[in-house]
Amino acid sequence: MGHMTPVPVLEPAADKTMILNMGPQHPSTHGVLRVILEIDGENIVRIMPDIGYLHTGIEKTCEAKFYHQVVPLTDRIDYLCPMTNNLCYVLAVEKLLGLEIPPRAQWLRVMMNELTRINSHLVWLGTHAMDIGAMTVFLYCFREREQILRLFEAISGQRMMTSYFRIGGVSLEPPLDFFDRVRKFANTFPSKVDEYENLLTGNPIWVMRTKGVAKMTAEDALALGASGPTLRGSGVDIDLRRDNPYTGYENFKFKVPTATEGDVFARYMCRVAELRESIGIVQQALDGMPSGPVKADAPKVVLPDREKMKTQMEALIYHFKIVTEGFAVPEGEVYQAVESPRGEMGYYVVSDGSAKPYRVHMRSACLANLQTLPKLCEGRLLADVVAAIGSIDIVLGEIDR
Amino acid sequence: MALAPAITDLEQLKSHPAVARLLAWNTAAVEGVKFDRDEMTIYITRSAIREACVLLKEDPACAFNYLSDVTCVDWLPQEPRFEVIYHLLSISKKERVRLKVRLPGDSPVVESVTSIWPGANYFEREVYDLFGVRFTGHPYLRRLLMPEDWEGNPLRKDYPVEGYR
Repeated sequence: MGHMTPVPVLEPAADKTMILNMGPQHPSTHGVLRVILEIDGENIVRIMPDIGYLHTGIEKTCEAKFYHQVVPLTDRIDYLCPMTNNLCYVLAVEKLLGLEIPPRAQWLRVMMNELTRINSHLVWLGTHAMDIGAMTVFLYCFREREQILRLFEAISGQRMMTSYFRIGGVSLEPPLDFFDRVRKFANTFPSKVDEYENLLTGNPIWVMRTKGVAKMTAEDALALGASGPTLRGSGVDIDLRRDNPYTGYENFKFKVPTATEGDVFARYMCRVAELRESIGIVQQALDGMPSGPVKADAPKVVLPDREKMKTQMEALIYHFKIVTEGFAVPEGEVYQAVESPRGEMGYYVVSDGSAKPYRVHMRSACLANLQTLPKLCEGRLLADVVAAIGSIDIVLGEIDR
Repeated sequence: MALAPAITDLEQLKSHPAVARLLAWNTAAVEGVKFDRDEMTIYITRSAIREACVLLKEDPACAFNYLSDVTCVDWLPQEPRFEVIYHLLSISKKERVRLKVRLPGDSPVVESVTSIWPGANYFEREVYDLFGVRFTGHPYLRRLLMPEDWEGNPLRKDYPVEGYR
């Protein structure tokens, strides 16, 4: 067990400094992040993240699965935004296949993807606030998150590992009262965001703990490969939903919140503003939801409806063929990036023409964002490390894969 | 399911700003090009990759200022065995380009791009860890995800998916 020995070892550079180990079992490292700190009193001299404690070899496992069997694995990479990962993977495979997706499936995807973003941001907001000492926000956030998880359960049968997006569309038509439930949630949610902001934005303790803390310039953020709200908080105006639209995002109107300060508070403001934008996109999706099929007309790729399987011979045969031997994907390679709640989530899928992917690589937004941690904490106090880790919103499952 | 065939003819693609810039600099550096599924791939010789990245980053017509990703594919038993893949993004032009370097199986070594984008640090360490490709000039080339004393490189194709090695 390499991780049992304290590698990488930091040696104190001067007499008066000491080495402090934080994690991997630490409540404010958001999973199993280990951070090794060299401190001079309360001041940080050096900081080094150590990762890999959650490495499960998902990229290797993908190479042994059929294309459609990879979808449930993508949920498990980032358990806070399963649908974003589903979306990114299925978009990549659909691009490899050259599949056209019906409009209703695309709009459903956008709607669920934005609900996932809200879900993820709520967990981030709750835990981040709790790390800095504002316990109440956590309870408020999880109240709304519970409603979203119930919506997920209604549409996919699962609260967290949804696997709702499939290659060629989505797995099921939503249940009858689903859109009413989403609308009810979307109508009340903006007032809930006001509640969170009442608790935090003007709160002097919160402002003192976040304003001017863990600053990063736009140049540093770009050079270190940061993306998402971590990058936008430093003033770089980029959002892949707007700049490289996918799955019908070009039909939606939304603002991309940015802030120029580059501190913890700026990143907080970006994400809270994103909550409001996302619920706006959900409203637009509900208003304009087209009717029609939710799966592409590609019987060799898309599993047939359950009902058809019981009455039609071809449907049964296609189902059997897809489940037992998968489907061949034409040779080629695709890099598909989507704007996940944390930044640029990218899937690089290589096909050699067989029924199993030759290589699936996930570009993790968190992995790149984590690299900014030493920059953020340089010369700061020990207590700011917790605020900095919270503000880049990492999920260790995605970093380690 | 109508897919346009991939274009691999350099003559047809030399108007692409990234290809044009690289050809104007050094025609020998570009080994090949591929335009497939709306994605541009440029094959670069191993010795030129760092300078090619500098050019594409600095040139205002290309402005590929953001390194999205560095990864690798193992094409065992083909030679050259490894392909190291760089995905660049131009934030101002909203365009992507993919650079590829082919590396032989007996000496998978390539120059690091950490001096251009410090963010390549973790990506290259991950490739080193899981494929055993070495990056010269990398400031801290150690295993990233696997334990420090692990033997083998899990994402190589001769490394089994299940069971014991």
